[in-house]
This record gives sequence, structure tokens and C-alpha cells, in this order.
Amino acid sequence: MAALTARRGPVASTSTKSSAPLHVENHFQPHYPYRLNFYDTPPQFDVTLEQFESWGLDRLRILAEIESSFVRNRAFEELKGIVNTQQKKYLTLNSNTAINADKDAERKKDHVSHFVLRLAFCRSEDLRRRFIKAEMALFKVRWETDDPKEREEFLKARAFGWGDVSDAEKAELEPHLKACLNPKQLQYFPQEKYYKVPWSRVPDLVHGRRVYLRAGAAYVPSREQSSIVFQQFQADLEEAMEMTARALPRMDEDRLTPILDHLSKGFLAGVASEYSAPESGESVTADMIDGLAKKHFPLCMRALHEHLRKESHLRHQGRLQYGLFLKIVGLSIEEALAFWRKAFSGKMSDEKFTKEHLYNIKHNYGLVGKMANYPARSCQTILTTYPPGANEFHGCPYRHYSEDNLKTALQSMMGISSHDMQDVLSSVRTQHYHVACTRVYELTHGIRKGEGLGGGETVNHPNEYCQRSRELEKSKNAAAADDAMKID
Amino acid sequence: MAANDVAMATEQQADPKSPEVMSAFYSRLYPFKSLYTWLSHTPVPISTKDAGVPKSSTNWTHREFAFTLQNDAYLRYNSFQEVDDLKKQIMRLIPSRFEIGAVYNARPKDKKTLPASALQPLRRELVFDIDMTDYDAIRTCCTGGAICRRCWAFISAAVSVLDTTLRRDFGYQLLLWVYSGRRGIHCWVSDESAMVLTDDQRRAIMGWLEVVKGGKDMVKKVNVRVAGGLPPSLQSSLDILNENHFMPIVLEDQDCFGSRQGWETLLELLPDREVVSNLRKKWEDEDEDDYSSKEQSISERRWNDLRREVKAVAKGSTRRAALMAAMEDIVLQYTYPRIDAEVTKHRNHLLKAPFCIHPSTGRVCVPVDPKMVKDFVPEDVPTVGQLLGELDALGTKTEDPSTLNWEHTSLKPYVDMMDEHNRRILQAERERKQAENRKDMSW
Repeated sequence: MAALTARRGPVASTSTKSSAPLHVENHFQPHYPYRLNFYDTPPQFDVTLEQFESWGLDRLRILAEIESSFVRNRAFEELKGIVNTQQKKYLTLNSNTAINADKDAERKKDHVSHFVLRLAFCRSEDLRRRFIKAEMALFKVRWETDDPKEREEFLKARAFGWGDVSDAEKAELEPHLKACLNPKQLQYFPQEKYYKVPWSRVPDLVHGRRVYLRAGAAYVPSREQSSIVFQQFQADLEEAMEMTARALPRMDEDRLTPILDHLSKGFLAGVASEYSAPESGESVTADMIDGLAKKHFPLCMRALHEHLRKESHLRHQGRLQYGLFLKIVGLSIEEALAFWRKAFSGKMSDEKFTKEHLYNIKHNYGLVGKMANYPARSCQTILTTYPPGANEFHGCPYRHYSEDNLKTALQSMMGISSHDMQDVLSSVRTQHYHVACTRVYELTHGIRKGEGLGGGETVNHPNEYCQRSRELEKSKNAAAADDAMKID
Repeated sequence: MAANDVAMATEQQADPKSPEVMSAFYSRLYPFKSLYTWLSHTPVPISTKDAGVPKSSTNWTHREFAFTLQNDAYLRYNSFQEVDDLKKQIMRLIPSRFEIGAVYNARPKDKKTLPASALQPLRRELVFDIDMTDYDAIRTCCTGGAICRRCWAFISAAVSVLDTTLRRDFGYQLLLWVYSGRRGIHCWVSDESAMVLTDDQRRAIMGWLEVVKGGKDMVKKVNVRVAGGLPPSLQSSLDILNENHFMPIVLEDQDCFGSRQGWETLLELLPDREVVSNLRKKWEDEDEDDYSSKEQSISERRWNDLRREVKAVAKGSTRRAALMAAMEDIVLQYTYPRIDAEVTKHRNHLLKAPFCIHPSTGRVCVPVDPKMVKDFVPEDVPTVGQLLGELDALGTKTEDPSTLNWEHTSLKPYVDMMDEHNRRILQAERERKQAENRKDMSW
């Protein structure tokens, strides 16, 4: 194992030097001296299957939130805030100064979950690219929030192959080095330490002509060190993912395959995996839908439901959008058939239903035809594809309804008061449909403005909306039950 | 001389678009072996049937070739086991030209049997494409596809700057410059460290090099200053351009500020209202007859007018500094290389192979020595008709004409140039292998 974990020849011999920490292998409680991790070595200890899956899922939630931030063009500062809240929830990482936290356990989870997702996301070019991008962002956020002193120690512990620039060389190149600095930075030049690295390690600095180049070597001021580190992180991860992809077919482990499939599918659908499968043990039956719709469905689904009840019919895209949503809410295929048969019965004979709709519903559940397990449509899909035509009621009401119709719908179905209406409508006018929907969630659930689905998250999937709403109700009920007990 | 006369005679009939001409060219003249060594970084195997001969490197077997057929059909994702397989295919298809792509992780010809997106480019020469059409806004002699000795001077300025920059800043040594057959030039960098660059890194190089940006509606196309100064690399490039190129090309030969439109553009590039109005008054009143007698070109005189105006501004003032900077930027805008960025940025981009025939001019895409680029005359590059004529003339005097090849024609010095370049590639490859072996030993 030692031969495997040691990096290249010359480095191996230096590992006994005091600068490199001696790694004591403990198979049950690995020790992590730093909060940041370059993930150079895979975990070499046992984890339970349950940890394998749940840790992977927790990390996935953070990465999915990062991805959706990219999609929504959030600024890095905003992304940082969101990642930090998500991390606190799913993957806390305390710095070395935190005394009471079990830092090794936290870091172990971070370490393992990273490698679990590597396995899940190495299989296609697209997945690899997206995973690397999200992991890069996560690393950057952690880098920026890391304690500067610890960060420096972390850097020292790892050989980056940057050469020091001697004072003599720095003096010789002074005019060139200074020409790359802006006036504000010039005053720090005398103290500035320079490093020499192959230029290909700092492509972004080269791109912006922010370094001096000579014969392929870039002279990087220590201030720009992070650039080297990020590039290295990305390059290493890219290479490792390629290797994993090639080795994956040889992995003989059928307990893991379904878990990995599940994880990667969740990411592919553009949202965290929780929406690609019903909540465990919580099946929903056909006769519960009416009640759920009133309390927990977002406006788009609520509108489809109301229309279905009124007309006993929905057109094709509407059936798809609503049917897939209900599937993820937890409606089993048997219940789905019962639900749709009954819903259409007002206008359609049983025979006609069997002939025209049975197949499509089974198709939604991946039981016939291509046998694909279709994910429910995300907000992005609903907003951007299949715009509704005349007599169609699918799509996103915030986007596809006229303002008058939207007002009526919000009033009648969601009970939005005319006072709050303006707030919602102003988001719609600036085309921030996610924000409008999130605001409605806040208003209908009695949540403070800005809280969103929790931690400032905005709605990006109807199922997310529904699930959060149900969770909220459950925790309220639990709290109420608690109170009741106390009174007793 | 006699051979030359015959060559001239046949040149008339040798249409580069005719399959017979192209077939004769590929079978008798095209230097396939040089191409093989250049692309594979290995010598040509003596006989592939011999046991123990090392297999072709993946630099060759996993390399993409694309053919443009006579009917303009375009065939991508071809790859070949041996150099002879490429020749056989070319003799079968008689393409009007062919292009070279990246080295992939698998054989490009297997693309259809591989899972979707499994075929990924891994290695590729770093390439640059400079085309005269990008200079249409500033050259006054020709437009579009046309090129003459005079506009070639822009290319020669571009080559000397780019060649110097790539060697000085990036440390590359194995650069091959190739005339594109009509109005441009390509550069192929074969250093190992260049071969392995990712698309991101190639984009970074372009960011470093690209100076002239912006379309027709942007008058000032050079915006590269950091707090007023030029980055060191561009300062060196500016020195080269000032010393050797700006004056003879822009001021004397092309006379870029001679026409009214020309000097109006010049004034638009100046940031100082007072200087602009002084010059405008002077130049508008100028009499047409004033110019003709003078030895100086009009542009040169106007450039000197501008200089005088700038000198009149107080030394050390910000106005003066801004004007000096603007003059430097003008030199860059008129002579700095204009590179087609997209070609460089992506490994899977294809670029025409050296020694192809340009279909409209019939000229061979020959290598160009960057040190001699100033003296390179596009019109002197041999055409396919001329070369075949030379062979025919020799054939009447030789017993076995089938032994004749490029060595007996005026293509020879160009192939020799490529072979010399190949020797440097092989040498670098040997040194790299030795260094690697040493590293392995120490491990």
C-alpha cells in the first residue's frame, strides 16, 4: 500500500523529512491534520454500506446546490454563503481551533463522501466535467473560509513543485515583475515572495497577462498562490477521474452498483437525488392527492390538479408534467393507475382509458418501451421546454399565465392577499419566476421573507417544494405533539 | 533552363482541380515519409513486415486525418496504421486537400463503434493560423483572397513577433512555419510540453498573445495596458515592430494614413482633443500637389506631424503620456499579429497539412524559414503544374522515370527544411526518453 500512496520516486524519499507529516495508518479512526483535503489518497478503512450511501447523498446535496447556483448565475460571494449554510447542515468541517468538535470524524466523512461521488460520477464525460466543476467551487469556498495559518501549513505539507525565486533573480527581473503589477500592488513588491512554476500550471494568470513569463516558467507572486493550488486541484482531479473511469468496469461489487446508479441519476436530473425516488416508507395513495394538493403542491401542480378535477381531463404535456411529479411524490404505479382512471372517469369509459392511457402511465414509470426511469420535470425544464398552447394548463404559471390570470390563480388557489400580491408580481415582472414561487411558499407557510425553503434556498424543483412543505408540517406536528406531551 | 521552359508550358494545362494532376502529385511528389516523422515523432520504420519493428506510435495511429474530396465532400475521423495506408487511401480518394487533427485516446476511425463521446482528443501540436483577410481593414494594396509581395510584409512582421514570443516567453523550440498556399501562414509547435496542453491552457496562450481585438465597429482595437504600461512581453514585441516593421510597411509601402479615410482613423485613435484638431486643420488644408514631389510618403510625413504635436505637449504631463501610449497602441494595431484564435484554442480543430496544394492557386503549402520570412515571395512558391512539368522534362532523359520524385524538383529545398526540422524533433524525443529513463532508474 505504501508504494501506492507514495507519489513518484524522488518524493517518496523525502517523506521522512520533518516537513511532511508522518501518516499513521489507523484503520478505524484515521487522523486528518488539516481541514482542507486534496484527496490524494483514497480512504483505506472500512465504512458501512449505510455510511457509504448517506454520506454520498449529503455531499451530493451540496454539489447540487452549487450546480443550481451556476445555472442561476449567482455571484461567488452569494454561492459562498449558500454553500456554507448547506455545509453546516450536511457536512460540517470545523477548523483546528474548534475544540469541542470531532474534527477527525467530520473530515473522514468529507474524505469518504468525495470518493463515493468520484465512483458515481466517473462514468461519462459530462458527469465528470460537472462533478469537477462543482468540487472545484466547493474547494474554493473552503479555501477562502479556511484559517490563513492552517492553510499555509496545509500547503507546506504537500509538494506543489514550485521553485523559489532567489533574491538575486528577483532583483534581476525587477522591472519585468513590476510591470505585471498594478499600482496598488507595487508598494508591496519589496516584501513579495516569488515562485517559479511551469506556465501551464497557472493558465488563468497567463491568460490575463498577470505574471511574467520566461522560457516557459511563470513568476508568480505569493499573493497569487491560490491560482496554482486551484489549477493543481482541478488537474489532479481530472486525471484521477479518468483513471477511476477506466478502472470502474473491474470493480466487482454488486452491493455498491445500485447505490452509485442512484446517486449519479440524481445529479443527471439536475437536482439532488432525493427527488428521483420517493421518500422511503412513505407511499402516497390515490385518495390522498386532493388533500396533499391543497397543502403542499406548488402553483403549477395545483393548477393542473384543479383543472383535472374540473374537466376530468388533461392534455398530453399536462399528464406528463403532473404524472411524473406525482410519481416522485410517492404514488406507486398501482395507485397512479387508480388515480388517473378515476380522474378521467367523468368523461371517459374504462375501456377507452385502458386503450389510450394505460400504456403512457406505465411508460412514465419505466415499465414499458424504453424502460427509462424518467425524472420529474425540474423548474428549468418546465420554464424552458414545451410552452403550453391553447387549452393546455401545464408549464409554470408565473411565466406562462397572463398577469390577470396569475392574480386570480394566486388568490383562489393559494390564498395570497392583495397586499402580498405585489411582492410576488414584481418578481414575475423582472422574470424571476423562481423567486416568485419561493415567495409564495414563504407566504403560504408563514415563513419569514428570505428564508425560502430553508437556509435561503430557492425553489428549483416542484418536488422540492412539495417535500419541504411536507417536512415542515411534520416537524410542526412533532413539535405540537411534544408540547401536548409536556402538558400531560 | 530547358526544364523550366517545359514547366512553364505544362503549367497552363495543370489544373489543380483535375484528379489526374492531383493523383500524379500525390503518387510522385508528396513527401509522405517526412509527414510521418513530423507527426509521429519517430523515424519511418524500414519495413513494417520485419518482425521486431516497433509499432507505429499512437501519435500516428490515433491521429485524425480529414479529406476534402474533389466534390467538396468532407470526410472526418480517418486514421491509419502505417504511413503507406494513408498514401493508399489518398491515392484512392484523390482529395483536393487533407487536414490534420488531434491524437485521440482511441483510433478515430473506430468512432462509430465506440460509445458516444468516448473518443477524446489527447495530444495535438499547438497551432496558429494567420490569415491576410484579417488585415483587410488596414492593407491598401489588396483585399479578400488576393495577396501580393506588399501585403506579405504584414505576415512577415507577424511571424517575427510570434516566433520570438513563443520561444522567449513559452520556451518552445520546435516551430514549423508553413505557407498556407494563398494568403496566410500556419505555425505548428511540436514540443512535448506543447503537445500535451489542454484546451484551457491553449486558451490561456491565446489570452497572452491576443492584442488586436474587436470588430469593424470598434476603432481602437488595442486595449492591453495595466495602469498605463505595457506588459513586458508586449513591450518586447513593440520594440521589434518599431525597429523593423512599422515604418517600412505602414508608413512607406502601404501608406495607411495617405487617404482621407486613413488619416481620419488615425485621428480617432488619439485621445487628445487639441492635438486632433491641430492635425485635422493641417491635413484638411493640405494640397494634393504637395505630396507628389516629396521623397517622403504622405503617411510618413503625417506620422512626423503627429510626433511634433506630441513633443509640443509638456514633458511628464499625463497628456503627453497618454499620447505616447496611444502612438504605441497604433503601432500594435497596425502591425501586431492578428491570429485566428479559434484554431489555436481547441485540440480537435483541423488544419491543412503541409505540402498540400491550394486548390485555387495550385501552389504547394511549403515550410517557411522564420528567419528568412522577409524575403519569402509567395509568387515564387512552386505550383503543382510546374513541379509535374519538371518531372516530365527529366523523364525524357531518364531510363526509369518512375524513380523520380520530389528530390529531383524544386520542391527539394522545402522538403529538406522539413526533414531538418524532423531531425530536431527526433533529437528532442531522444533526450526526453533518456531523461525519463534516468528518472526511472533513480526510482
